[in-house]
Amino acid sequence: MHYHWNWRIFWQPSPDGQGTYLDTLLIGLGWTLAVALSAWVIALVLGMLVGVARTTPLRWLARLGDWYVELFRNIPLLVQMFLWYFVVPELVPTALGDWMKQIPPPWGAFLPAVVCLGTFTSARVAEQVRAGINSLPRGQGMAGTALGLTLPQTYRYVLLPMALRIVVPPLGSEFLNIIKNSAVALTINVVELTARARAMQEYSFQVFEAFTAATLIYLLVNLVVVLLMRFIERKVAVPGFVGSATATGGH
Amino acid sequence: MLGGFDFDVIARSWRYLFLDGMAFTLRLTVFAMAGGVVFGTLLAMMRLSSFKPLAWISGAYVNVLRSIPLVLVIFWFYFLVPYIGAWAIGSDTPVRVGAFASSLITFVLFEACYYCEIMRAGIQSIPRGQVWAGYAMGLNYWQTMGLIVLPQAFRNMLPVLLTQTIVLFQDVSLVYVLSITDFVGAASKVAERDGRLVEMYTFVAVVYFAACLLLSHQVRRLQAKIAIVR
Repeated sequence: MHYHWNWRIFWQPSPDGQGTYLDTLLIGLGWTLAVALSAWVIALVLGMLVGVARTTPLRWLARLGDWYVELFRNIPLLVQMFLWYFVVPELVPTALGDWMKQIPPPWGAFLPAVVCLGTFTSARVAEQVRAGINSLPRGQGMAGTALGLTLPQTYRYVLLPMALRIVVPPLGSEFLNIIKNSAVALTINVVELTARARAMQEYSFQVFEAFTAATLIYLLVNLVVVLLMRFIERKVAVPGFVGSATATGGH
Repeated sequence: MLGGFDFDVIARSWRYLFLDGMAFTLRLTVFAMAGGVVFGTLLAMMRLSSFKPLAWISGAYVNVLRSIPLVLVIFWFYFLVPYIGAWAIGSDTPVRVGAFASSLITFVLFEACYYCEIMRAGIQSIPRGQVWAGYAMGLNYWQTMGLIVLPQAFRNMLPVLLTQTIVLFQDVSLVYVLSITDFVGAASKVAERDGRLVEMYTFVAVVYFAACLLLSHQVRRLQAKIAIVR
């Protein structure tokens, strides 16, 4: 087995005209983070709404939330990418569909990727939020009702301030997941980090250098997120609550 | 909206979709689960070992693989496996490895990390006293593990292991990035050939949804059954 190592490849110009190979990988990292962070906003907003809906005493709303989660959990992320990218523009009214198909690259792939990843992760966030709310003693919600608070007030002033602090550690791991899952966007031509490592391999034939670099970058991002989450967790930990202070968000 | 939906394309291609595509997906899922559980259990035993270097190696392996995207892992092994093969048999040139073997190795090595974490929790859920009792009766490490700890750990963790297998079943679709004809790969080939993207991808989504929903319901029933017995 003779493999010709050439670590200096990173400083050679890349044929995609975006500087050296290292530059194109770093631009890829930028896209990875852009997709992950934008999708995270969608995931948090939708996930919290659905998670709360699944704990309400309104049966139909809870059922609706359950089906939302089942829908996004039981279809592979790759297939969901294809649905948002290929199928949705065909199913919406023609004018809107044509507009979607004419969004110039790279945004034409970026937007469906973000929406897909956001909704996919929102189902998982909803699951965590629901678990967080359900982990509170039932008496807290009842106490809210006994005090004459309406249902929205009970959530706003009693349940959510506690539940949202409890779910911070699991949400941290979901954030790590969304960064990893953003690599699936390469199937609809979002040229993020993994796609660029793959392109570098195709142009330069330095397979293992390219993938090593991508792996190290992912590990570094992971480390930064874990440290950041540890800091946030310490800030929001509920004093005296078991597990909230010691749990780490990462692996 | 569904007026122009061409159901015929599914009728025309279902043999290819299921007998080629889905068969590949299921075969890969089952073998990768079997290999992944075995290797994952070994990793978990290493991680819990009192011999620190072993625990450290296993921990590093699991944490690294769990921090990078599966797509990247698939690319890694696709290119790495031929070199490992060459090294194993002492050949000078990279060995040609088939699509199935290559993806099987990838998924066994990758999913083992997730099975490892499950089995670690399973092993740790067994009271330490049982291990000591095993040693006190003169059993060695492998006997204690094989006869006392692991059977119980498997039993307790069976629902979680199966849930992870449903995730694996979905993850297998990512071999699409290597242009392998799994279920999604087969559907996308028909979709491109006949220009029927909407029909094919909707159909694929419906099949996965139905299959995974059914499987997760079965797992939940199993979980209830096990919980009552304990």
